[in-house]
Amino acid sequence: MFSTEQTCWFVRKVICWRAAASTAWAVLLLGPITAALVILGRFSLFHPIQTISECLSLLTSASAVFSLILLCGVILMIGFLNLEYYTVIPTIACSKIALLGQLLHPRQLVNSAVHCVMGIVVAWCCAITIGGRYETLGYTCPQSDGDSSSQMCLNEYHLILLLAGAFVGLSYSLLGVIHNMNYISFHTVQQYKYLRFKGALPLVVKCSATQALYSIRNFIVVYFFLGYIPKAWFCKTLNLYLNSSVHPLDSIAGLLDLSLVYHLWISASFLLFTWHITLVLFRIFVTELYSFPVQSSFTEDAHQCLAKVLNEKQPMILKFLALQDLALLSQHSPSRRCQVFSLSQPGGHPHNWNAISKECLSMLTDLTQRLVAYHDTVATNGRAKSLSTGSERKTSSETSVTSGTEDLMSPRPTLLMKTPASVFARSVVGTPRTPLTAPFTPDLDSPFASPALRRLTAPVEQCSPWFGTVQSPHVMRRGPKLWSTSTDSQVNGSPQSSPASVPSPKQEPSKPSLLAQFLQNRKEQVKNFLAKRVLIMYLFNKLPEASSQALFADSQAHIWALEGLSYLVQASFSEDQFGVVQTALPSILSCMLVLQEAVDRHFKLPHASSKPVRSTGSMGDSTHKTLRFALRATLKTAIYRITTTFGDHLNAIQMSAEHRKRLQQFLEYKE
Amino acid sequence: MCSLALFPPPLPSGQTTLCESNNELLSGTTTEDQLKQESSPLSLYFPRESLKLHSRTESSSKAAFLDHSETLWMRSAAAWRDGGLTGLLNEITTSHTEVPKWLSMSSGCILALLQKVSSFHGSLFPHLTLSSEDMIAEFSQVLNWSDCVVRAFAWHPHTDKFAVALLDDSIKIYNPKSATTPTLKHRLQRSVAAVQWKPLCASALAVACQNCLLVWHVDPCSLSTRPSSGCAQVLSHPGHSPVTSIAWSPSGSLLVSASPMDTAMMVWDVASESCVPLQRVGGGGVSFLSWSPDGSHVLASTPSALFRVWETRMWTCERWPCVKGRCQSGCWSPDGSRLLFTVQGEMVIYALTFTDTPAGVPTSTSQGPQAAAVVADLSETTFNTPDGDIIVGGEIQSLAWDSTGERLAVLLKGDPHAADRPAIIAVFKTRTSPIFELLPCGFVQGERGAEPRLMQFHPSFQHGALLTVCWSSGRITHVPFYFLSAGVPHCGLSGSPSLPRPQTVPADFANQSLFTELMS
Repeated sequence: MFSTEQTCWFVRKVICWRAAASTAWAVLLLGPITAALVILGRFSLFHPIQTISECLSLLTSASAVFSLILLCGVILMIGFLNLEYYTVIPTIACSKIALLGQLLHPRQLVNSAVHCVMGIVVAWCCAITIGGRYETLGYTCPQSDGDSSSQMCLNEYHLILLLAGAFVGLSYSLLGVIHNMNYISFHTVQQYKYLRFKGALPLVVKCSATQALYSIRNFIVVYFFLGYIPKAWFCKTLNLYLNSSVHPLDSIAGLLDLSLVYHLWISASFLLFTWHITLVLFRIFVTELYSFPVQSSFTEDAHQCLAKVLNEKQPMILKFLALQDLALLSQHSPSRRCQVFSLSQPGGHPHNWNAISKECLSMLTDLTQRLVAYHDTVATNGRAKSLSTGSERKTSSETSVTSGTEDLMSPRPTLLMKTPASVFARSVVGTPRTPLTAPFTPDLDSPFASPALRRLTAPVEQCSPWFGTVQSPHVMRRGPKLWSTSTDSQVNGSPQSSPASVPSPKQEPSKPSLLAQFLQNRKEQVKNFLAKRVLIMYLFNKLPEASSQALFADSQAHIWALEGLSYLVQASFSEDQFGVVQTALPSILSCMLVLQEAVDRHFKLPHASSKPVRSTGSMGDSTHKTLRFALRATLKTAIYRITTTFGDHLNAIQMSAEHRKRLQQFLEYKE
Repeated sequence: MCSLALFPPPLPSGQTTLCESNNELLSGTTTEDQLKQESSPLSLYFPRESLKLHSRTESSSKAAFLDHSETLWMRSAAAWRDGGLTGLLNEITTSHTEVPKWLSMSSGCILALLQKVSSFHGSLFPHLTLSSEDMIAEFSQVLNWSDCVVRAFAWHPHTDKFAVALLDDSIKIYNPKSATTPTLKHRLQRSVAAVQWKPLCASALAVACQNCLLVWHVDPCSLSTRPSSGCAQVLSHPGHSPVTSIAWSPSGSLLVSASPMDTAMMVWDVASESCVPLQRVGGGGVSFLSWSPDGSHVLASTPSALFRVWETRMWTCERWPCVKGRCQSGCWSPDGSRLLFTVQGEMVIYALTFTDTPAGVPTSTSQGPQAAAVVADLSETTFNTPDGDIIVGGEIQSLAWDSTGERLAVLLKGDPHAADRPAIIAVFKTRTSPIFELLPCGFVQGERGAEPRLMQFHPSFQHGALLTVCWSSGRITHVPFYFLSAGVPHCGLSGSPSLPRPQTVPADFANQSLFTELMS
């Protein structure tokens, strides 16, 4: 990120410039948008000529120029915030409490505060441009006690506009978190920036207008109930008076003023529109294709080569752009493919290909391990399941999956406790009903994320023997297990961990002392007590399919890796002169097949294959919600691409019997 | 230059074309033919009587209910829901006894204004006034679509499997290797205009329907004969209906769809169900799409005299205005370098040649040609047959080029009212390298009274080319063309019964070239 000390060359040289360019365009667009605001804000149906002349005179006035400069400052600030807060991997909250945590994160609080202030500034500019009764905060009015001398009164119209700006700015920031507005998705269809912007423009207009409408509606409700607080505060601090002869605005009659609502809506739309435009331009500029050299002739540029760049972990945007470039070069440009397949000049090693394929394969293996680990946490129900490694478990996939899902639907805890062995295994491998959302949520160390909660959600559960026999030793022993699992799976979820490292039977068989048992008992009771409260249940309940989304949050990278690899392998059939790809073909195929199996198994879990509701009319990008489907489709296509190209030649490749069987399915088009 | 004059004369009625072997088309009588049909598992017959058709149309059910008086609000709400703004205005205008006079007056004025605008728009683009069924029939590649038993047909790109869309809005999938024939039915699957299998995938089938786009996932190993509608993804976009044409990218990653009502062409990422509209001014819609086999270009024709060729790297397009009518059909050579297309109202086939940019230069569009060249003239020609004179030629309904690039099939419209002007399929031999050449091959005819409606080449036939024809009788037949492809290594000769014997060619016109690039 930008704020870290050692900024990468790429961020310095490319991303910052792209951000600057996008902000510059947004600033340039500010002029026409402001003109539109002036016309819309001052428009009067019966005096069209007068409106136009007024608008023209306003646009050339000093105050308009000053507010334009202010607005430029706001856009620059918003552009900076975009650069500072953007991410290519969305953060997915798996429960309501996690979302709350995100909203209350200090970083986010700063963001909200800045947006709030920016909102006030924009609203002030709007007040200036719309003019009329909105223009100043105070005005002279006759004193209330009948005196002829005048005093300064508070102009409530001005105040309400400023407050609306602050409110809309705040809600923009908060909705940004909820809708993952800072997430930048990459398009599957490459287009020029101008055309992409032109295509996005109608959506931006629509979104801004509707969102402004909803925000203003909410604001009016809030102002109706709480409007007297800021009013009194302003009067007190600025030593202004309330004009009692003017109708107060925080009443039904005051808020039913249509022209006021219209002006509020216009200024809110203006605010959101300029900010959304900045955001959209930023997205378009940042996700633009960057062409990395495959091979550089100079050593000082060696760190910019595709192979080097791919292997870097940070910043993520660099890795993503490199993978995108790889996917496109493998598809479209034969000359760059040729460089990938080439051998190093002294030595004759295919360094480029080795580095690229190694990185892609390690990413895919990583994902496979993540999926297997997740599946083990979710699906194994502890029925004397041996502490096997991922590969072993894969072979026994079918039955364990179905039984796992069954238990997810209708948990029968008594069954699980038939043998002590099962209890051990269970605790190590994971609880059946906690989907591995834990590692991805901030609430992993909260006691409420435990299965006890989920059980409560099903009313049938209440009468299950589990609840009656809280004192049973089995249950007592179950307590620590819950804790150990959550910590376990925490390790588990981090990308470095392998599934083999997760099950560690040594730490499990702890003999709980009497005190510990007592404490555990208490804890369980507290948990049960809390679980019965509706609000807490609401907060801590896992959102369905969120864990699946979280698991595949960065899958765009995997999709490109799969595409890049498969296109390169396809091209190697005719273009690879030295046979550098052939050596890697078995590992590529087996890696893809293993991943395919893991993905298939994942999609058999409940909620994994349910389609998310498509949200239209929001600027937030919902691409991350469907990444897992895209990955599944790409994976299948990638394997088919290789099998169709090589056909029966694949029979000459050495691979395990199981993989060969699987591959045969693909060769016969039966997958 | 009249190309059809060099063709061998059509068969006498009663004889059907069976196959091409040794450089000539073999024919047989109908009885022989039927015997052959029985033996072939993929030849199908759908008699019109066997299909259960919809007896009523959607709008007519309203008449079955008694008139029920509702309040104005309820009626307005219902009109808004059913007919949108125009419906609401219409409702207000008609119920002028209940609403204030100014309201009914003003809504009547707005309605009249709207109608004026839409009629003006319709006068610019006459196809917009058609009903959606008529529109599909107008722009479909199928001859006389509304009366067709088989409305769409698609071979799987890699295996011997095909999908047939029938008049009763069901789709059947035939696979010679499996005993089950799944039947796909869906609530939204109405008026199927096109079906296409996803390349590099065994199961996905895209269906262009009246209101949406469906993508079925039919597990090839499943034994179910009626996959549930949960197997289908529904892709829809407001304003994008009826969908008349779809095309998968050859790499299987994207799907484009077109509707004559929508000026934007949709590029779908099917897995994530998201779409990118590619909008360009002019044309008034998109009626036909064809993706080049190498994936680099997409032909998109519009209902007016204009078509576009998109390049798929950065999705920019070239505009190609036509002189006479809209681009009716088009097909790409297997290497994607040459586009053949036909224009409505003209009796010729045009060709456009695309040369790629020098490899690796990431410039924008590939440099296109300056003008299209006429490669074949299919104006009407009279043949003397024992049954009397037959006039062949005229406008072209659709084009199909086989995956080896050696046979080009042209479906000629004919005249449905004149008995001596039948719709017929003319097949050309083609060569794309080193230079483009066209040679006559012959006519493909069916049994007596059957008219070809739809044709498609098998994408991966081993021994040459296999043309599948759907006839007006509801029959689907396959006509193999056995030849040795120039592009394929000549190792497996199992297809052709024997090597070609040039001395037995019946007439010398078969070798006479109709068009070569050297001529121009």
